[in-house]
Amino acid sequence: MSSTSSPLHLAVALDGTGWHPASWREPVARPRELFSARYWADLVAEAERGLLDFVTIEDGLGPQSSHFLDPDDRTDQVRGRLDAVLVASRVAPLTRHIGLVPTAVVTHTEPFHLSKAIATLDYVSGGRAGLRVQITARPTEAAHFGRRTIPRITAYDDPATQDLVTDLFDEAADWVEAVRRLWDSWEDDAEIRDVATGRFIDRDKLHHIDFEGRHFSVKGPSITPRPPQGQPPVTALAHDTVPYRLVARATDVGYVTPRDGDHARAIVAEVRAEQERAGRAAEPLHLFADLVVFLDDDPAEAAARRDRLDTLAGEEYRSDARVFTGSPAQLADLLQELRATGLTGFRLRPAVAGHDLPAITRGLVPELQRRGAFRTAYEADTLRGLLGLTRPANRYAAPAHA
Amino acid sequence: MSKPRKQIHLAAHFPGVNNTTVWSDPKAGSHIEFDSFAHFARTAERAKFDFLFLAEGLRLREQGGRIYDLDVVGRPDTFTILAALAAVTERLGLTGTINSTFNEPYEVARQFASLDHLSDGRAAWNVVTSWDAFTGENFRRGGFLPQDERYSRAKEFLATAGELFDSWRGDEIVADQSTGTFLTDARAGAFVHEGPQFDIRGRFNVPRSPQGRPVIFQAGDSDEGREFAASTADAIFSRHATLDAGRAFYRDVKSRLAAYGRRSDQLLILPAASFVLGDTDAEAEEIAKDVRRRQVSGATALKHLEFVWNRDLSGYDPDGPLPDIDPDPGEHHIARGRAQVRMYRDPLATAREWRELAQAHNWSIRDLVIETGNRQNFVGSPETVARTIDEYVQADAADGFILVPHITPSGLDGFADHVVPLLQERGVFRTEYEGTTLRDHLGLAHPDDSAAERAAS
Repeated sequence: MSSTSSPLHLAVALDGTGWHPASWREPVARPRELFSARYWADLVAEAERGLLDFVTIEDGLGPQSSHFLDPDDRTDQVRGRLDAVLVASRVAPLTRHIGLVPTAVVTHTEPFHLSKAIATLDYVSGGRAGLRVQITARPTEAAHFGRRTIPRITAYDDPATQDLVTDLFDEAADWVEAVRRLWDSWEDDAEIRDVATGRFIDRDKLHHIDFEGRHFSVKGPSITPRPPQGQPPVTALAHDTVPYRLVARATDVGYVTPRDGDHARAIVAEVRAEQERAGRAAEPLHLFADLVVFLDDDPAEAAARRDRLDTLAGEEYRSDARVFTGSPAQLADLLQELRATGLTGFRLRPAVAGHDLPAITRGLVPELQRRGAFRTAYEADTLRGLLGLTRPANRYAAPAHA
Repeated sequence: MSKPRKQIHLAAHFPGVNNTTVWSDPKAGSHIEFDSFAHFARTAERAKFDFLFLAEGLRLREQGGRIYDLDVVGRPDTFTILAALAAVTERLGLTGTINSTFNEPYEVARQFASLDHLSDGRAAWNVVTSWDAFTGENFRRGGFLPQDERYSRAKEFLATAGELFDSWRGDEIVADQSTGTFLTDARAGAFVHEGPQFDIRGRFNVPRSPQGRPVIFQAGDSDEGREFAASTADAIFSRHATLDAGRAFYRDVKSRLAAYGRRSDQLLILPAASFVLGDTDAEAEEIAKDVRRRQVSGATALKHLEFVWNRDLSGYDPDGPLPDIDPDPGEHHIARGRAQVRMYRDPLATAREWRELAQAHNWSIRDLVIETGNRQNFVGSPETVARTIDEYVQADAADGFILVPHITPSGLDGFADHVVPLLQERGVFRTEYEGTTLRDHLGLAHPDDSAAERAAS
């Protein structure tokens, strides 16, 4: 898994017109089309042209904001977004190879609904669905649902905050467990269509999941048969020990945000240790570094573009992830260097979708291909296949007799 | 002067999860693979239908404590499949059943507004309710609602979703790149709803969609259900597809509209209807008889009787007489997750009536279930079926029909190829889509236009 000679994996994170808050003001940005299917279909087609493993699609249960916890009253940035699962499903029939990984906010949604939604995305895409799980600690988003109140975080290092965050991530782990059990609640060969006996299914191959957690219980089985991939890959972004534990326990791909090589090594070691603690040491778990990218052939041009956007935004752009400014060749150098720390891939966040996504697919990808570090054709039909993950056995199926 | 001929509305229901679907037919395909849905939707669009309709289920049905295995089992997620179908069709409306009991308004409103954007204005919502603790076991909100709270939650759910849809006027996004103004209104999407079922506030994060809000369908048949539809729905999905029952239902529901300040053309009545086509009427009758026998096997007939008897009847011979024991009058425990169970409110009376019928006609259990069950609504040659459908609509038994074929996914092909052209020749069905949105197809005003109309009057 940590062999540095194996090719790296590449994903892009799609969010509105791009990750820089002033990205919508670039001439290429198409901000008036943000809520149309055509806009998203074009972005995903561009990512597929670059043979990328998958795209993630950001989502949220409240408006975007420049504040961590509250909506702002700004009118100079993109506000509003479409449901990510539906965007992914809308573009699925228009694409052939690329993985589609929408975001689900697990704090206020039902595992039963999302389990069948992602299974269905897997059917409509022929095995290319994934899922990114995300928690929300925003009291304002809890108020959109009214089912629970979430206490307001005042200081990040205070024990009450730690308890709240731990609780939300534990709930997320339960949520993923319930979803995964639902995906396995039908064995692959449960549909038998036995005309002689009149039985459509072999009901012994359908299973109640009987999930009981602290916050919810789910009986099962799913209403949707086991998806083509068996288990669509589950992914999560993590910045600290508690979310690293979720990544280690429950996901197939974790996105992390190293500042440099040493930081990356430390993160990889910590997640791998958590993975061992969770009894999953033998299971494949990808660790991708997230990077925001401003890419131009002339590095000075990329820097100038970033300055120009910062000026329009009225402040310097900061991100949880490292911000890279430079040429595709320089980025390829950095990715190869970081790759050596034990990371298996990268999720790039285009600063301006209309500019930096084509720079990835038409600049970075050919550069990596020249170096023998990235695929030159899609070599698998499913997202699991692209990620080198085998189709997992069903946890409820009786082991085959020798 | 003769009355102008009413234009017929037609829609297609993707079948499944009921014994209507003859899955054993050699022509029957997948009810899960996307190709099946794409084929079905493209056929409906080729035929210029108003919309495709998808039902929903949130728990697999059980009988005698075990998962029911005789019908099609399993289906995809409604929203997800409709979004994918928006990619392979251009005009066809996309209608999905979404339960108001095991969802939350903020999430459902986001999904419908998103679907409406992603389909350029073709989304519709069939609002249903559930009171079923059995289904609730799959959800974190769990529990269930007492019968009398079903409609109050559904009404408040719909009203709340409407407030969310209306929280954006539709002109806030200017995205002016030169001045840097994305939104003209910092408070776009702000909402507050305080009520007995929902107490929520904040900002809705999907801008106003092409139709303003999805077209609203309602499917209940009780007095409360009819009133709910008359007060708020754009269309009602009814079960009354015979001429007399259809006319009675039509008169009743349309007469309720005035009380809500609505005109009779603001609520369409669209019964579900099955059909069987043949080259001749006689051939179609033969096929229809065969389909009914394949829909009701001996095992299916016994299971159907259990809905009434509320007892395990597996020891009975489906080709023999009806059970001579009486139904168990206690709480229904044998069949769960079944809508049909509610059809028999007085099991003792139903059993008595069925025994009398069976004796009088010398029917076996299976004969009885076939004969008393739903017969196909339209059976005959394409000419007969086209003429009958037209007669029903002109006689105000319906405004159109939601057709449920018995074969997935090719069961609509013959109707599209042979019946639709005859309806077009009669001048009662469109030959091309005239508009782009589902509201256009159904002749319904955009909510903003009707608000303007009300303000002007």
